[in-house]
Amino acid sequence: MSVEQEQTERTIRCLVAKVGLDGHDRGAHVIARALRDAGFEVIYSGLHRAPDEVVQAAVQEDVDVVGISILSGAHNTLVPKILDGLKEYDAFDDRLILVGGIVPDDDQEELRGQGVDEIFGPGASMEEMIDYIHENAPER
Amino acid sequence: MSDLVADLLAGKHSALARVITQIENRSPGYREIISDLHQHTGTADVIGVTGSPGAGKSTLVDKVAATYREQGQTVGVIAIDPSSPFSGGAVLGDRIRMASNAGDMDMFFRSMSARGSLGGLSTATTDAVTALDAFGKDKIIVETVGAGQNEVDIVRTADTVAVLVPPGSGDDVQMLKAGILEIGDVFVVNKADLDGADRTVQQLREMLQGRSGRPDSGHHGPTELAPEHGDASDDDLDEEEDESETWNPPIVETVANRGDGVEDFLDALANHGEYLDRTGRREGQARERFAAEIRTLLREDANELLVDELDRRGGIEHYVDAVIERDTDPYTVVDEVLAPLRACLDERRDES
Repeated sequence: MSVEQEQTERTIRCLVAKVGLDGHDRGAHVIARALRDAGFEVIYSGLHRAPDEVVQAAVQEDVDVVGISILSGAHNTLVPKILDGLKEYDAFDDRLILVGGIVPDDDQEELRGQGVDEIFGPGASMEEMIDYIHENAPER
Repeated sequence: MSDLVADLLAGKHSALARVITQIENRSPGYREIISDLHQHTGTADVIGVTGSPGAGKSTLVDKVAATYREQGQTVGVIAIDPSSPFSGGAVLGDRIRMASNAGDMDMFFRSMSARGSLGGLSTATTDAVTALDAFGKDKIIVETVGAGQNEVDIVRTADTVAVLVPPGSGDDVQMLKAGILEIGDVFVVNKADLDGADRTVQQLREMLQGRSGRPDSGHHGPTELAPEHGDASDDDLDEEEDESETWNPPIVETVANRGDGVEDFLDALANHGEYLDRTGRREGQARERFAAEIRTLLREDANELLVDELDRRGGIEHYVDAVIERDTDPYTVVDEVLAPLRACLDERRDES
């Protein structure tokens, strides 16, 4: 296989993480499966992860995309902790940080300011998200 | 030496993760990385864990890793999952079971997918083990579903191979005969609290007795790495060292999700490690492993060279057409493509 081929076929790795006490993982499962079918490698964290577990997974798995699913409303507490952890391990700059769930507009502003790249709320389509990842996955 | 290698050797987690990514992607330059790392390896114990889906491999690995961590040892785990042959995508879920080591950075867990198209999963696994070893991990665990030749090749990167068998799987035990039974150094009947565990242990014991007639009880039997090009191999030298002592694989019963039997399992692994050292087989295995690695790389690189040459000659299809028309045959085609290579080698040999 030639070098060019290898580069265009680079497999995108995504972490789908459920963080905090929120136990609603149906959405995360559906997204994990859709991303898999789009040809991505998906690492699913399982439920009830602490922010430092999400950081551990994002660093060790060297994912291109960190997808954080929060439906509990605790995003203002949990997301910054994850972002800080990623920075601590030098794993923030070349990673796409996505948040999925119910995030009020005011909070969205703030999360973006902290370094979240995109937020997908209710009604966002799979295609939208997959296209976004294809277009914005970091060059490495 | 690249910055990445320097960062890895300095103990930076993100550098280790990135090196494994480059290994997986076969990114340009990954070979130089492995070459640089090789001299820093050789200190880790490598343990392979295999078994049928749902046998409890990830759960057991989690508990084993946690116990090693309690002893103050650093651990690296590589968990290999199948990928879809259609989309190439995969959901790698082994991480879910790593609950006992949550947030512990010195427990490095990496999921790898068996990317069909790139092939050479065993090469990628070997290289990832090299990276973890160079990073300074004391224990490296390679976990994979034991289903076929690919997996057998993967666990061969390990010094000690553990095979997990769930109870009540009479037919599964039968299936094990085809290759998996031979590679196990330690057998684990997990979920030993379930009905049928005793029977499974019994069946395993009978089957393991059946294999005692083999010339070498190690999983690196002399036949499986037989040289393909008739080159003299020094594998045989190692056979003489301690012919009298053979390894009888123990059968350990565990209930991994409760942590029962984990200590016994670790004792069995340690015993096998001592046996390898005592008999000099550890060195023998390492020799065989490197020999196999060299052969694999030679095969892959030579193959790549020949694919280019085929393309230059107009692609394989045009040869296939000729073979279908009965104008020529596969052997003649191969001779034709290889002829310049042979001539070139002959020439070089004369020169030297």
